[in-house]
Amino acid sequence: MSGMRVNKYWSVAVLALLVLVLPRFVPSYAAFELTFVGAYAIGILGLVILTGTNGQISLGHGAFFGIGGYAVAILAQKLGVPFWASVPLAAIVSGILGLGLGLVALRLEGVYLALATFALAVATPSTLKHFKSLTGGSQGLAVPSLSPPGPLHGVITSEQWLYYVTWVIAGALFLLTSIALGGRLGRALRAIRDNEVAAISFGVNPQRYKTFAFGWSAAYAGIAGAIVAIATGFVSPDTYTVALSLALVTGAVLGGIDTLWGALLGGVIVEFLPLLVQKINPAAPSVVYGIALVLFMIFLPGGIARSIQAVIHPLRLRREIHHARS
Amino acid sequence: MALLEARKLYARYGESDVLHGIDLEVAQGSIVALLGANGSGKTTTLRALTGGVRTSGNVLFDDREIAGLPPEAVARLGIAHVPEGRGTLGSFTVRENLSMGAYTIKDGKRSKARYEKLVGYFPWLVDRREQPAGLLSGGEQQMLAIARALMMEPRVILLDEPSLGLAPIIVKRIFEILRTINREDGVTIVIAEQDAAAALALADTAYVLEVGRVAISGPSADLAGNEQLRKSYLGY
Repeated sequence: MSGMRVNKYWSVAVLALLVLVLPRFVPSYAAFELTFVGAYAIGILGLVILTGTNGQISLGHGAFFGIGGYAVAILAQKLGVPFWASVPLAAIVSGILGLGLGLVALRLEGVYLALATFALAVATPSTLKHFKSLTGGSQGLAVPSLSPPGPLHGVITSEQWLYYVTWVIAGALFLLTSIALGGRLGRALRAIRDNEVAAISFGVNPQRYKTFAFGWSAAYAGIAGAIVAIATGFVSPDTYTVALSLALVTGAVLGGIDTLWGALLGGVIVEFLPLLVQKINPAAPSVVYGIALVLFMIFLPGGIARSIQAVIHPLRLRREIHHARS
Repeated sequence: MALLEARKLYARYGESDVLHGIDLEVAQGSIVALLGANGSGKTTTLRALTGGVRTSGNVLFDDREIAGLPPEAVARLGIAHVPEGRGTLGSFTVRENLSMGAYTIKDGKRSKARYEKLVGYFPWLVDRREQPAGLLSGGEQQMLAIARALMMEPRVILLDEPSLGLAPIIVKRIFEILRTINREDGVTIVIAEQDAAAALALADTAYVLEVGRVAISGPSADLAGNEQLRKSYLGY
């Protein structure tokens, strides 16, 4: 057990080191891509909380990406709010709207919740286009880029600076999530997923936790959307389509929807899988997403993260199976 | 004195009434059996007592009105409900299931002491403590669900068909444990059961329900001893 914990610390340390030095060894556009990986990982982390841990499905998290992105754009452009304040505000706005959706979700389950959140994803672009004066309509809004602070001027590019900022945020959120899910809160969320009636019977209030899970995960999606908007330099309605929502869910399932590592892998998948398969055919990413989603649900429901764990810890697994059989 | 009491308790699902004015008294420290055929309202009675269904009428716990409270609030008062079927958390280990049972007890020492005590009643739990509950057999899951409910130091525990789908030998063991818990810990027990003979042997008092009404009630020895009553109401 303690051996495993040491392993965990080592892998986190190696990963942190990798994040730190990577921009030195890869071209600038790669750092740019890795910023997106970090942002998507944060968004998918929200789905690990909501779907993986609490058992509520959302096919509409792209909408919260949009809310985060537009919040940053509007705050920066119209009110001149700086980055360090606008990202937390984006998280708050997105989180509050997420709580609202969470209240609606209390009345819905399974397929119905999937459909309702799907409808949210479908409605997002046209809603954004509708409020022209605030959102700039189909044109969208420009988002100022993030320049490195004084002493680092000329030392690193603004792409590299955003890369570091993103991964520091991601690291902090992964740490926070790991602690929260490992404690009382995480146990309550999992208990509700496993057996809501039983959870109630020992004093857990499912309404409160389920609503909170929606708000919490929406806040993460808002932060992710804010980072993506800054990295891209603009927001426009057609960024936040159903395709984005589905890509997030696919990334979560392929990566591993009930582990933190799965969220990280999911971020890599959402960023790089389309780039890889696009070369075959422009329509290939959607097809690959669809097929991969079905295959993973059937053969590897724990995603890549759980599969790797199963390979790394074969002895432990064998022991568990042995125990289970005896 | 009655620890838990229902007065003119009505319950409804949507448009249809399921309970039509139940009167029920559960004395402190006693075992009460709820008997009756499928659909007679046993499960609904337990749910009505614990806030799981919309009701009218009174539910008194310790002379305090608790009708209308949400189920998790009722649980926090010390009324444990073991719902029908496997009330366990499949992805949690046995130990985690038990510690979830003590969710309302924030004092770690107290819940640990509670754990040690329950392991005395269910010794096999020790060997299985790191196993996911989903891998346990049906009987083990039922016992785990009962143990978990006892973790919160309830004053009364409501059990819904603990014998459902289990081998008679397992049912016998579960009932023995229930009797021990009642005698040694003074936990009051309300048990809804299809297996009338076994439940009457365990309980002090019994209520027989028929389509949402109390058809007959009294000391279980009287019911078990009266062949005519037994045949007409319990069918054995």
